[in-house]
Amino acid sequence: MHSSKQKWNLKRTWPLHSMVLPGLVVLLIFQYGPMPGIMMAFQDYKPYTGFTGSEWVGLDHFREIASFSDTKQVIWNTFVIASLKIVFQLVTPFLFALLLNEVTKVAFKRTVQTLVYLPHFMSWVILGGILLDILNPQGGIVTQVLSSLFGIKPIFFLGDGNWFRFVVIVSDVWKEFGFGTIVFLAALAGINGELYEAAVVDGANRWKQIIHITVPLLLPMAIVVGTLSLGNILNAGFDQIFNLYNPLVYDKGDIIDTYVYRMALLSGQFSFGTAVGLFKAVISFVLIVIAYRLAYKFADYRIF
Amino acid sequence: MRYSSGSYQTFKVFNYILLGAIAITCIIPIVHVLAVSFSGKEAAGANLVGLWPIDFTVDAYAETIDNPNFLNSLQTSFLRTILGTVLSMILTVMIAYPLSKDDIEFKGRKWYVWLFVFAMLFNGGLIPSYILISKMGLMNSIWALVLPVAINSFNLILMMNFFRTSVPKALEEAALIDGAGYFRILFQIYVPIAMPAIAAISLFTMVFHWNSWFDGLIYMSDLEKYPLATFLQTVVVQQDFSRLSVDSESLKNMSQRTVKAAQIFIGALPILLVYPFLQRFFVKGIVLGSVKE
Repeated sequence: MHSSKQKWNLKRTWPLHSMVLPGLVVLLIFQYGPMPGIMMAFQDYKPYTGFTGSEWVGLDHFREIASFSDTKQVIWNTFVIASLKIVFQLVTPFLFALLLNEVTKVAFKRTVQTLVYLPHFMSWVILGGILLDILNPQGGIVTQVLSSLFGIKPIFFLGDGNWFRFVVIVSDVWKEFGFGTIVFLAALAGINGELYEAAVVDGANRWKQIIHITVPLLLPMAIVVGTLSLGNILNAGFDQIFNLYNPLVYDKGDIIDTYVYRMALLSGQFSFGTAVGLFKAVISFVLIVIAYRLAYKFADYRIF
Repeated sequence: MRYSSGSYQTFKVFNYILLGAIAITCIIPIVHVLAVSFSGKEAAGANLVGLWPIDFTVDAYAETIDNPNFLNSLQTSFLRTILGTVLSMILTVMIAYPLSKDDIEFKGRKWYVWLFVFAMLFNGGLIPSYILISKMGLMNSIWALVLPVAINSFNLILMMNFFRTSVPKALEEAALIDGAGYFRILFQIYVPIAMPAIAAISLFTMVFHWNSWFDGLIYMSDLEKYPLATFLQTVVVQQDFSRLSVDSESLKNMSQRTVKAAQIFIGALPILLVYPFLQRFFVKGIVLGSVKE
């Protein structure tokens, strides 16, 4: 290179800029275009007066969020559901990968993988439809199995707040744990086989190998996954909740995203809904940035 | 050779049984719904169906296909999936190539990267996006379903990393010396080499479009314009309270059970069909994205 100072040198690089251009235009319009609209969180926005004619109210909507018991409950629900999902989506794939690693029959292992990855690719509309059918208290297959095997009376899984949370967590784990094991299996594939050979020479049996080799070598990946999922602490899963909930379980199952949807598009409270959404977006943004910095610092993890 | 103890052998048997059971649990609900969809209405309504159809019939499918809204939505879904995937892939490849260069060769790269990454981490939110689409006059237009989601920053990063790590630098340098321009290098060297990655990301994008339902719900006001996933959302999922309490409505409801099951299965079918191809790619794709340099 001739000089350490970079030059724009458009004569040479204009094709590169022009390649970015179409995507950049789409990005600026559809991703950045809505951002000025965030100002309505500080206004009393009315569709017919628009952004320019609506009254400014400062932080009023945010004060409402802090004082209104509905919003506090919604934020709490979001936090509870999302945290439980994070914990179980970390622990389950970790354990599953450990168990799968002990399988020596390749065909069996492949079949299991094929089946457990599948639900990840189904949308919550499809899975929601399936869950509504099998959890139906009037003779859904789950209800039937519970009553014929254990004599349990029909449970309103989706009509009772606590059961609703339970279903949300379990079905989310059911859908995603398989896909979550992929990163752990990739980490397992990277373990040097000589470590096990050396352990055998030293007289370690299979249990000891798992505890002293496999688990410690998987932990860094678990730490990375756990850290990165911090950014999801207010993401309780709009698609899932929206397709499973109903007014009976709003007290325990309503989350920020579904609340914003109802506030805005059903009750017409555009400004308040935007304020709640902004509250979530800002906190999530800060958490994601922190999480990535931590992952980079402690595990040298980078995505680009 | 691994030394095994007796307790380990017991564990191993138990492990195979447990993993097998878990794997079956992952698909058994889908099998059940499939069985219901092929069963007679009375058997399904009386909850007699397990994992095999009773009074086998394809009536539910015939009834589904007879519904003009269903066919419309199927058409919209195919259109958005094809249009959305083609558009996404063209934009993604064209952005990923320049951004895979280093800062010295392509000054300004950093600015672009930050614009794309920031958009991944922060957005205007539901209501401002909705107002934008409606002000642009895109309501009820297929473009409202493809343009806002045309650029997925995660896929962009995957593509960028693939270009950076899998295309030999020497090839490009030789082409530059021979007088080839950047466009030619991209389409004649990079794209052919990156075909596996492009195929993988295309499949992911297709699945994404097929499964997307929420944008259809808010941006399409006519039932006839709904994509299939949105149509299913309104007819299968939106809860009728009869399901939660016992009343006369529920009987009528139960006779619809087989039709709902058929609709669910038709919605899932394209995913099941591409799944074998998808599976071949995604393990690679994820490893590619997470383990860098």
